[in-house]
Amino acid sequence: MSKLLEVKDLKVSFNTYNGEVHAVRGVTFDLNKGETLAIVGESGSGKSVTSNAIMRLLPEPHGFIKEGQILLEGVDLAKKTSKEMQKIRGKDISMVFQDPMSSLNPTMKIGNQIMEGLIKHQNMNKQEARKTALELLTLVGIPRPDVRINQYPHQFSGGMRQRVVVAIALACNPKILIADEPTTALDVTIQAQILELMKSIQQKTDSAIIFITHDLGVVANVADRVAVMYAGKIVEIGTVDDIFYNPKHPYTWGLIGSMPTLDSTDEELFAIPGSPPNMLTPPVGDAFAPRNQFALEIDTVMEPPMFKVSDTHYAATWLLHEDAPKIEPPAAVKHRMQGFAQTGTKGGGKR
Amino acid sequence: MTRYLLRRVWYMLITLFIIATFSFFLMKILPGSPLNAEDKLSEEQKEIILEKYGLNDPIPVQYAKYLGGLVKGDLGVSFKFDNTPVTAILFDRIGPSALLGFQALVVGSILGIFLGLMASIFRNSPIDFSSTIIAVIGTSIPSFVFAGLLQYVFAVKLGWFPVALWGEFEHTILPTIALAIHPMATAARFTRTEMVEVLHSNYIITARAKGVSESGIILKHGLRNALIPLITVLGPMAVGLMTGSMVIEQIFAIPGIGEQFVTSVMVNDYPTIMGTTLLFAFGFIVIILIIDLLYGLIDPRIRLAGGK
Ligand SMILES: Nc1ncnc2c1ncn2[C@@H]1O[C@H](COP(=O)(O)OP(=O)(O)OP(=O)(O)O)[C@@H](O)[C@H]1O
Ligand SMILES: [Mg+2]
Repeated sequence: MSKLLEVKDLKVSFNTYNGEVHAVRGVTFDLNKGETLAIVGESGSGKSVTSNAIMRLLPEPHGFIKEGQILLEGVDLAKKTSKEMQKIRGKDISMVFQDPMSSLNPTMKIGNQIMEGLIKHQNMNKQEARKTALELLTLVGIPRPDVRINQYPHQFSGGMRQRVVVAIALACNPKILIADEPTTALDVTIQAQILELMKSIQQKTDSAIIFITHDLGVVANVADRVAVMYAGKIVEIGTVDDIFYNPKHPYTWGLIGSMPTLDSTDEELFAIPGSPPNMLTPPVGDAFAPRNQFALEIDTVMEPPMFKVSDTHYAATWLLHEDAPKIEPPAAVKHRMQGFAQTGTKGGGKR
Repeated sequence: MTRYLLRRVWYMLITLFIIATFSFFLMKILPGSPLNAEDKLSEEQKEIILEKYGLNDPIPVQYAKYLGGLVKGDLGVSFKFDNTPVTAILFDRIGPSALLGFQALVVGSILGIFLGLMASIFRNSPIDFSSTIIAVIGTSIPSFVFAGLLQYVFAVKLGWFPVALWGEFEHTILPTIALAIHPMATAARFTRTEMVEVLHSNYIITARAKGVSESGIILKHGLRNALIPLITVLGPMAVGLMTGSMVIEQIFAIPGIGEQFVTSVMVNDYPTIMGTTLLFAFGFIVIILIIDLLYGLIDPRIRLAGGK
């Protein structure tokens, strides 16, 4: 498969009154054409900052890319000027945001908001753009697009607005669509519809998707690969099957173990104790160690490198070192892993 | 929409009626009469005058006559200028006041919006600081101080403009500037605050994510949303211009309503005072209506609510 996007050792910081916040501390991953990569992790782990850095939407100058490369088909976005980025945003990479209630301009007609990108990036005139906007509204499943195109955001429900946001993001057939918790603000049935929509659109357009969420249940459903983030780093990355059937990092265990199950007899939860570290002063060694019941002595001294589990699967935990004690995931996690095996994941059938 | 307008006009009439009633009885309660100044008159002469203007009638009768006149558009006859109807006096005077107020509002808000916009774009830069200083000065120093200053510098010292009086366009320039400073400062302050807030909102990030250019972000997406709250202060601002103009008209000797009002108050010319009050009230109400309509024009969320 061809590499569409390669993020290499990305570091992002924010200068604040209290000092430098190390929000992203060396993130490396790649994205292939047409695939969906999910990024999961607790609140504050740096998911949004990573995606905003790729889009170059950081609040510059106080939020900045400190180090690293963001290679889109080999071209480093981190080095682009803001003028050059305007030509890339919305065309090569676009974004769907978390809150559909506030992410549309309240005083601009839906149609104009969709047409804006088309006119800018595809050199369309108004009629052509309008025609394409109508097609897009149909594509994202908005009934009566000819009427809706002239309406304002307040005339749409939350789910419908998110469809509009998706239409805006898809307008110029982007190579990459970044969806930052696109369903978190929606209720469950609407969530499912939006996910379905994104999946079906991906099949039609072959865009790659970076899907950010803290809902692992959603991940199993939509993603091909999963990156687990903790304290500004990717601690485990692999295919959906790797992560759900064979998780290696205790933090991933924690995420899986704290998922609610449908099985009512199963009361046990393997929750992660404590809270994430303060990113003003990231800890030495493994940032997860203070919350990790399986932490080793070395964790407090030295940061674990990425250990290779398989060709697709990597995890940053000293437990994978050959000298480490062999530790099995806790029972609650195993129980859930078996559950996934029964219901299957998206990747389950393919591989 | 028509129904909405009709309802608004009906409310306007009720409001005017209440104000008319209120000002009528206020005039009756207040001490002092139009005859105080003319003490040399004999008792009989005073009696004749009071009789002539109907001031000997019982108050309810006077009130009924006054209202009856109002309905026909008759505001009564001035005590001061013998037999001149108040409407005629006001009609003569309204032109200069309206022109000045309008010019000041347009100049003030356009300059103010521009200043505020520049300040919000170049935040924490010298442009921002100077715009803030201008805004603070403009809000805190009364317009008559500016008026005097402008008169002294540009008319007396430099001789670029006439010192006072009315006639040509050049006569309007200094009073317009003096009147415009306050609205300009208000508009600048508001535009800056609102723009800074709007530029941080999510839909601006959406626009950025679409690849919209910085100028597009500011003008197409930012400014329109920032202007909505500005319209709310525009009303009081316009009213401020009407009242502020009393002093300015005195200073520049402009034959406007404000100057007329001051004179009428000095000589207890009740019909003219009441007429002017009603005119101010009418102007105020019309401005509020215009602002509400403007609101609907700029903010689609309000258009829908109003149309129902
Ligand atoms: N503008 C900013 N200024 C300072 N610090 C920031 C800023 N934006 C983000 N951060 C910090 O960066 C870290 C990562 O934040 P980020 O928004 O990426 O988290 P997240 O993983 O997206 O969490 P969530 O699930 O809540 O969206 C946090 O510690 C946050 O405090
Ligand atoms: Mg986030």
